[in-house]
Amino acid sequence: MAEFFYMGGYAAFVWPSYGLTAIILWLNWYLPRKQHEIFLRQLRRRNRASQ
Amino acid sequence: MYLWFHKLGSPPHFYRLAGKWIPWLTALFLMLMLAGLYGGLIVAPADYQQGDSYRIIFVHVPSAWMSLFIYMVMAFCGGVIIVWRMKLAEVVLISSAPIGASFTFLALITGSLWGKPMWGTYWVWDARLTSELILLFLYLGIIGLHNAIDDKRMAARAVAILALVGVVNIPIIHFSVEWWNSLHQGPTVTKLDEPSIHYSMLIPLLLMALAFQVYYVLALFQKCRAELLQRERNSRWVEEL
Repeated sequence: MAEFFYMGGYAAFVWPSYGLTAIILWLNWYLPRKQHEIFLRQLRRRNRASQ
Repeated sequence: MYLWFHKLGSPPHFYRLAGKWIPWLTALFLMLMLAGLYGGLIVAPADYQQGDSYRIIFVHVPSAWMSLFIYMVMAFCGGVIIVWRMKLAEVVLISSAPIGASFTFLALITGSLWGKPMWGTYWVWDARLTSELILLFLYLGIIGLHNAIDDKRMAARAVAILALVGVVNIPIIHFSVEWWNSLHQGPTVTKLDEPSIHYSMLIPLLLMALAFQVYYVLALFQKCRAELLQRERNSRWVEEL
């Protein structure tokens, strides 16, 4: 297991690559989702107000 | 066929369709990604020259492919916008830009993280690296230009033109390793010959590429839904949500 994380001495290059990829993919997934939710909430509030 | 296209292009239809597809795409993406990671990090052996550092390619190469692919999608949308003024193409173009920029950024960063131990430097001003950096600036330029113009439809036309002009950079990136003396290696997979990479490494690479492709559609659909909701906030279908 320790050997796996050691990556033959290249851990300092391999893991940041994977970590950064994970963070950026997550952000591109999460932020639009959040944005969509906020818009939807605003719209519903507006619709209630106009009724 | 035309009817189908017309229907797909209508914002409420696309909004609902994308919503239905998102959970399936998420599941497919996760499966491909896990299979690719398992193959790439656990099954595939270390490279006889590069040791384990080559494992960076499983995120680097698919990111670089996506950075080109997404740009091509955007340029295609640019053409559609100019000829047919199709609203959905405007939404797809601008929603793709941050995803494309992200993949370009990832390709550059993971490439330099691989370059440091293998080439001895994080960065060189060589043809492949420089043209990829220009691609990042094109993406950022498209996002910036779109944000600078208030009228969304006008912004879309301006961005469409920029996306189309920038497309000259795509073949330059792809062929840069053949046209110029580059530190970057030539193509190992996307060539007419048999790929010069062993199957134990090729299969996880292709799985990751497929996973990223599915991810793009997934992220795009989510971004498009948010964008559509905001643009169409005063139309009937949105009020009925």
